[in-house]
Amino acid sequence: MADASATSPSAERRNLFRTLEIDTRLLGMVGAFIVVCLVFNVLTEGRFLTPRNIFNLTIQTVSVAIMATGMVFVIVTRHIDLSVGSLLATCSAMMAITQTSILPGMGLDFGNPMIAPIAVLVGLVTGAVIGGFQGWIVGYLAVPSFIVTLGGLLVWRNVAWYLTSGQTIGPLDETFQLLGGINGTMGVSGSWVLGVIGVVAACVAIWFARRARIRHEFPVKPLWAEFVLALVAAVLILGFVATLNAYDIPERVLQRNFEAAGQTMPEGYAAGYGVPYSVLLLVLVAVVMTVVARKTRLGRYIFATGGNPDAAQLSGINTKLLTVKVFAIMGMLCALAALVASARLSFHSNDIGTLDELRVIAAAVIGGTALAGGMGTIYGAILGALIMQSLQSGMAMVGVDAPFQNIVVGAVLVLAVLVDIIYRKRTGAN
Amino acid sequence: MVDRSGTPLVEMRDISIAFGGIKAVDHVSLDLYPGEVVGLLGHNGAGKSTLIKCVSGAYRQDSGEVFVRGEKASIQTPRDARDYNIETIYQTLALADNLDAASNLFLGRELTTPLGFLDDAAMEAETRRIMGRLNPNFRKFASPVSALSGGQRQSVAIARAVYFQAKILIMDEPTAALGPQETQMVAELIQELKKDGLGIFLIDHDVHQVKRLCDRAAVMKNGELVGVVDVDDVSTDDLLGMIIAGKTPEHLAA
Repeated sequence: MADASATSPSAERRNLFRTLEIDTRLLGMVGAFIVVCLVFNVLTEGRFLTPRNIFNLTIQTVSVAIMATGMVFVIVTRHIDLSVGSLLATCSAMMAITQTSILPGMGLDFGNPMIAPIAVLVGLVTGAVIGGFQGWIVGYLAVPSFIVTLGGLLVWRNVAWYLTSGQTIGPLDETFQLLGGINGTMGVSGSWVLGVIGVVAACVAIWFARRARIRHEFPVKPLWAEFVLALVAAVLILGFVATLNAYDIPERVLQRNFEAAGQTMPEGYAAGYGVPYSVLLLVLVAVVMTVVARKTRLGRYIFATGGNPDAAQLSGINTKLLTVKVFAIMGMLCALAALVASARLSFHSNDIGTLDELRVIAAAVIGGTALAGGMGTIYGAILGALIMQSLQSGMAMVGVDAPFQNIVVGAVLVLAVLVDIIYRKRTGAN
Repeated sequence: MVDRSGTPLVEMRDISIAFGGIKAVDHVSLDLYPGEVVGLLGHNGAGKSTLIKCVSGAYRQDSGEVFVRGEKASIQTPRDARDYNIETIYQTLALADNLDAASNLFLGRELTTPLGFLDDAAMEAETRRIMGRLNPNFRKFASPVSALSGGQRQSVAIARAVYFQAKILIMDEPTAALGPQETQMVAELIQELKKDGLGIFLIDHDVHQVKRLCDRAAVMKNGELVGVVDVDDVSTDDLLGMIIAGKTPEHLAA
């Protein structure tokens, strides 16, 4: 085997990764992301890696990243969903109408604290029902998902148009807007608390996994490896929080806030934005989706069906119902993405989510989801979304012409998949 | 010798299935007793697999009945078959290539923690236990089954049937993709399962194998049952004659 005769330093390195049980593909993606960031940082003379830009980058990524986690499930089961951008628009339209005309018409005044939760609920139900309906056509009537969702791409885009008569609807409810990004952040101390909770959770997860393996007398990683992993997790989480905290709220905004509260701003007062609620939402979605993928029957069946649909069926898995569930989850995530996207704009516009289906699929695929089915990770898809967004906004900052931006993004998509194919051939992974 | 005085484990009575006018299985009756291996022989398309899929729940017969331990059984889905302790090892092995051995072994019947989450550690421990018995050399618990050899894959498929205490085992060409050594391993396993009182349907092309492993052989041709014979009463040539010409050997035809 070629591997056995590899030079010793690289073999050593591979052993180190193996000891740490780190996915080398994940490492490759992280490496690519870091390279992208550093190159743009040099090209923009240090403007790319400022707290301000990182803050913007994260809130711009959230909407696509939320949908990409669902697209992983869809693609893993050997389907595709081309309707997510349009479904986002329909969900956004439903939520906008609910909060600006239906609920006020029913006697709930503007600014009522119940408006936002009800609107979100309406959006989630809309997304789940439409997604589930498309899944039913795919699963039970056996129409290929490509066709069903290609139809959906046209249908739901124009249902949204019809619902709103093509009008922009806004401004949206203030509580609702909290999930838009810069309109709602946790503040410095809240973010630190969140960061510490995250670190503790990561350590507990590592410890529990180790304990379960010891209980069943399986081989475990050396203790130092566990500590290194926990340390890396802690540095990443707290570093991210520190960066977002370092983005100061502009003085005039603070001044305005104090005036609105009828107070005067103390001399020299400063405050950071901290973690936006939309990013917190993405983190929650990522955790829930990862747990579903790895620790529940539903997730196991999704991956089994993607790996071998016949085997799944013969094992007694209801693959038709599973398809409905997968598309319903996708629909609900479209609703969450619609919430974030419209809240960020502070209004619903007719073209919201246009071309998002392509960004979402690209994010999932760059993140290592195989179109042949059976393979994909949630964190990969989120990282894929982040890489795409970094490229896009980095090129915009450098001043690359718009046509070239899209040409580069398209080329990167194909290149990423090519690299992945070569990597899998080399390592002998499937 | 197999004791055939009691109730048969499985009894198929007058089973027929047609696919769009073609009679895949035409009024076939067959039974299986505890501790017995019944071989099903026939050409491709003779209806062996189709017949057996009525018992495993993959197909539903158009007419006829299946009795399990003397009671009329209603088998609509693979899940129903499992409830009757009927396990099937398919020709294609029915493994999800992207999952590891433990995930495949427990597919559809996962062990869960009290909170309802998958208990992967417990499933791996159980898999190590059963594989230690069936195939002690098996080590690749963490790899997806696509990385396993044919014999290793086969042992995962068999482990699945054995672990869930199958009483009736259906094996569809279990050695088709295996080398001589691995075939021997499966043969020994069949003998062991027989001793435990399981009834086994063995679908196979190879008359020598059927003569070696089975107690009785049922031969099918064009969807019809040519005959059921004791393998000790016939030669391999007799069996071939039944498969090719569809005729029961003269010394038994009386």
